[in-house]
Amino acid sequence: MDEIDRKIVAATQEGLPLVPRPYHAVAADLGLSASDVMARLERMMAEGVIRRIGVVPNHYALGLSANGMTVWDLDDDVALELGRKVGHLDFVSHCYLRPRHRPVWPYNLFAMAHGQTREEVEAKAEEIAALLGTACRAHDILYSTRILKKTGLRIAA
Amino acid sequence: MIDMTDRRIINALQGGFPVCEHPFAEAAKSLGLDEEELLERITKLRETGVLTRFGPMYNAEAMGGAFCLCAMAVPQARIDAVVDQVNAHAEVAHNYERAHELNVWFVLGSDDPGRIDAVIDEIEDETGLKVYAFPKEHEFFIGLKVDA
Repeated sequence: MDEIDRKIVAATQEGLPLVPRPYHAVAADLGLSASDVMARLERMMAEGVIRRIGVVPNHYALGLSANGMTVWDLDDDVALELGRKVGHLDFVSHCYLRPRHRPVWPYNLFAMAHGQTREEVEAKAEEIAALLGTACRAHDILYSTRILKKTGLRIAA
Repeated sequence: MIDMTDRRIINALQGGFPVCEHPFAEAAKSLGLDEEELLERITKLRETGVLTRFGPMYNAEAMGGAFCLCAMAVPQARIDAVVDQVNAHAEVAHNYERAHELNVWFVLGSDDPGRIDAVIDEIEDETGLKVYAFPKEHEFFIGLKVDA
């Protein structure tokens, strides 16, 4: 990434202008040509610097108010294999292994599940529990009760 | 309230927004809308908070940066003040309150990986509370889609 890429990132990370020709508007603000801005965006997408371009919905506004972070204490020697299976469940949107912080935090597998109700999320957690069997020593579901901030990544120009 | 057309827009445009001179016109075509209506609807969905963002989603790791999930156990009586202190850091990309002893969960993102530990130290100094870091050790799958 060069300096011009970084300027484009800084100018668009809070969003694209809601005008008919948004890339032209960004280019005009930065003193660049629109074709340069678009070519750089395409390149950054191909390189994975941009994951995607589009809308980010607010789960709460869509009625998906039960946002449950299910967390699991798995035997370390089977965590990779079981984590892969959990990740394949179609209702799991994010799935990671992360460090424990005992005693407050014994869990090493994190799997995010969204639902319209907590009952729905709990039923999904039951499915995960059945899949994990005896390799799972403990689990919990953390519901989000409030969005405190959601701005996405910010980098300096 | 959002209607069926809004839902179709949200489902169709979580990725793949075109890069071209008239991207709204292009995206509108496949939704059976016109440019003006799509622009108006996205603008309204942003204003009403149904959409938290619209535009490119950048990957800090691909820019040489880093993300780290963090959590804190914040006493209820201090929660608003502590959240203000945490959110004041530009590196805090999002932050959720969750029902647990660890009740404040936020993600730090920076194009400078060294900033992650530095911001954790700053937050601990400012709040006097421990920040538990949960860097990902393995990523299994990331879904892109929320069904509206």
